[in-house]
Amino acid sequence: MAKILAVDDSASMRSMVAFTLRGAGHDVDEADNGQVALDTARGTKFDLVLADVNMPVMDGISMVREMRTMAGYSGVPILMLTTESNPEKKMEGKAAGATGWLVKPFDPDQLLATVARVLG
Amino acid sequence: MSKVDLAQFHKAFHEESLDGLDAMEQALLALDEGADDPELINVVFRAAHSIKGGAATFGFTDVAAFTHVAENLMDEVRSGRRPMEKAVVELLLRSGDTVRDMLSLSMAGKPAATAASQTLLAELSAMVSGGAAVAPVASKEAAPAEAIEGWDIAFRPFDYLLKTGNDPARMFRELGTMGALRVECDAGKLPALAGMDATSSYLGWTLHLDAGAKRAAVEGVFDWVDGDCDLSLTPRIAAPASSTAAPAAPSAPRAVRDVAMNSESSSVRVGIEKIDMLINLVGELVITQSMLSQFHDGVDASQLEMLRQGLAQLGRHTRELQESVMSIRMLPISTVFNRFPRLVRDLAQKLDKKVVLDLRGETTELDKTVLEKIGDPLVHLVRNAIDHGLEVPAKRLASGKSDTGTLRMEAFHRGGSIVVEVADDGAGLNRDAIVAKAVQRGIIASGDGMSDDAVAELIFEAGFSTAAATTDLSGRGVGMDVVRRNVMDLGGTVAIRSTQGSGTTFTITLPLTLAIIDGLTAAVGDETYIVPLVSIVESVQVNPEALRSVAGGGELFRFRDHWLPIVRLFDVFGCDGRRRAIDEGIVIVVEGEGARIGLFVDELIGQQQAVVKSLEANYRRVTGISGATILADGSVALIADVAGLVRMQGRKKAA
Repeated sequence: MAKILAVDDSASMRSMVAFTLRGAGHDVDEADNGQVALDTARGTKFDLVLADVNMPVMDGISMVREMRTMAGYSGVPILMLTTESNPEKKMEGKAAGATGWLVKPFDPDQLLATVARVLG
Repeated sequence: MSKVDLAQFHKAFHEESLDGLDAMEQALLALDEGADDPELINVVFRAAHSIKGGAATFGFTDVAAFTHVAENLMDEVRSGRRPMEKAVVELLLRSGDTVRDMLSLSMAGKPAATAASQTLLAELSAMVSGGAAVAPVASKEAAPAEAIEGWDIAFRPFDYLLKTGNDPARMFRELGTMGALRVECDAGKLPALAGMDATSSYLGWTLHLDAGAKRAAVEGVFDWVDGDCDLSLTPRIAAPASSTAAPAAPSAPRAVRDVAMNSESSSVRVGIEKIDMLINLVGELVITQSMLSQFHDGVDASQLEMLRQGLAQLGRHTRELQESVMSIRMLPISTVFNRFPRLVRDLAQKLDKKVVLDLRGETTELDKTVLEKIGDPLVHLVRNAIDHGLEVPAKRLASGKSDTGTLRMEAFHRGGSIVVEVADDGAGLNRDAIVAKAVQRGIIASGDGMSDDAVAELIFEAGFSTAAATTDLSGRGVGMDVVRRNVMDLGGTVAIRSTQGSGTTFTITLPLTLAIIDGLTAAVGDETYIVPLVSIVESVQVNPEALRSVAGGGELFRFRDHWLPIVRLFDVFGCDGRRRAIDEGIVIVVEGEGARIGLFVDELIGQQQAVVKSLEANYRRVTGISGATILADGSVALIADVAGLVRMQGRKKAA
């Protein structure tokens, strides 16, 4: 069981991710933008962060950049939830310090496979 | 396979998409008015982007394909490749409408692509540079078949690799799942312990994988670290074999949604603070209950004060809980006001008028049921105001006004009611035209001596219309009489105030909620009736001398220089009134549908709040009764429908 932070401004995507991961026994917290995610991550240590790219207030790329400077988050896996239409976001995310990505649209099985891959 | 049923997220997706579309529309309207804020463009982009992502995830492929193209268009605008022109705004506004329709079709389990959506999609595609690439799903090309029996992999991460959250050990385990793996470590660059940074990577590896894995699969293990390491993949090729690429497995058909979502079932989104408040109050109630439970076995005199306090607390908490629960049904009127910027823009454009919409008090909260039903009357008032009220620019300039008309919609609290005003600064009502029309229609004989207010009231008469020609905007067969009826059905009133040359204001007064009314309880024989306080003018005792009988068995009594009809409730509802003589009982003067009548009852009992229970849902519709409630002693009291009683009286008079 891992402690996972799911960050997405879309409530339906967030619930889908959280529901699926909880079903697999993980402990999931949710945040609806990058700023909220940073605030949440300051109080709790997560084993994995899944973050959407395009969000209001603070986008996923800025969130990763900021999170990498936070104590305890230097090597924590952070996956960007990118979309097919924006392949350049993968590289932008990586440059900001993201571990990898999961391309939307994904189904619950793909999500679980990717999370299993990161958590080893 | 996980057993996650994606259908459970459809409703949330639908709701957030509608929110996104509303935000998109507002941003587009602001952009249309010349606002120059990159965030507005982002809002539009994000709405299209999110809906596309969600639609693709939840299996609404038609919606995904449509929004994909809209997103591309917005991406061109966002990246500065295309100016935000009128044509783009127009197309995106229409796209928003279409996506809204497509979503509700999807939610109903129907195919979302319609002829209209296909046409618009073609327009969108034509506008997007190149025009092509409508298909959002890129199919991966099958890799050419290679007869590979193994891989030799040289892998040396750059020193910062661990800081990206990637772990070589994890990647080796993943490779290990493909076949036998031998790992050779090169620690030659490892510094002395003192100079070592625990978060840096100093090692290099040579890996030998004995598996005929596809290049894509092996590369897939390293895709996240591409550019963060030196990597070389060398296949060990076996003797050439004449194998052909296996046909790509057809993608599994998406499970057909078996449950058609009932999009009619309504839900309320509730702010978390309201729920916290409820939990808090329930907690207090539990404490009070446990405090009171100690009196279960009786009370002695010394505890009386405590009991009294406990009961007072119980009363307070019950009241607070009631208010708190009621507030859950309350939503800001912005949910209704939001549709007007678009409506006003479209109408003004169609009629070549210049109109500025001034929305105020958008956070004012109303009962959800009231909100749902107030939309249509407001739309009618706004259409009327723009169509008939506001003048064309030339005429406005000629009468010394600015060429742009103002339409103000405002909501605010007044006493226990919510007031919604729709005001324009147009020409005002044309007294002569109204009088002429009313005479022609036989509503009045002549306008002589009528006050301006009385003339204005005429427009609420059934079938009244002063438009010289019926336009397709206002002339939809719905008159002001229907607006008034709709508002009255909500327990509200509509008033009009007009000044020739400077505008018209409609004032709608609505009850805060429909679920609870303040009422006066009155006894008629053994029955108790509740008369809504809002409709009561006064309660009076009537002297027999002030009573007149009229032809047909009706009775009138004199009330402040007016003769009002008396309705004896025991007559109407067929129960035994104890008081027959007019001076033994009491007359409650009520007002409904613009007319006053006197309700004769035995006596007044008191004033109380009544939780309205539907009579129709539990029994059937009864003329003159709007509902029922349960009294403190457990008995049922009927709630008088004043408007209905007035109508009954009117029919009797006419008969």
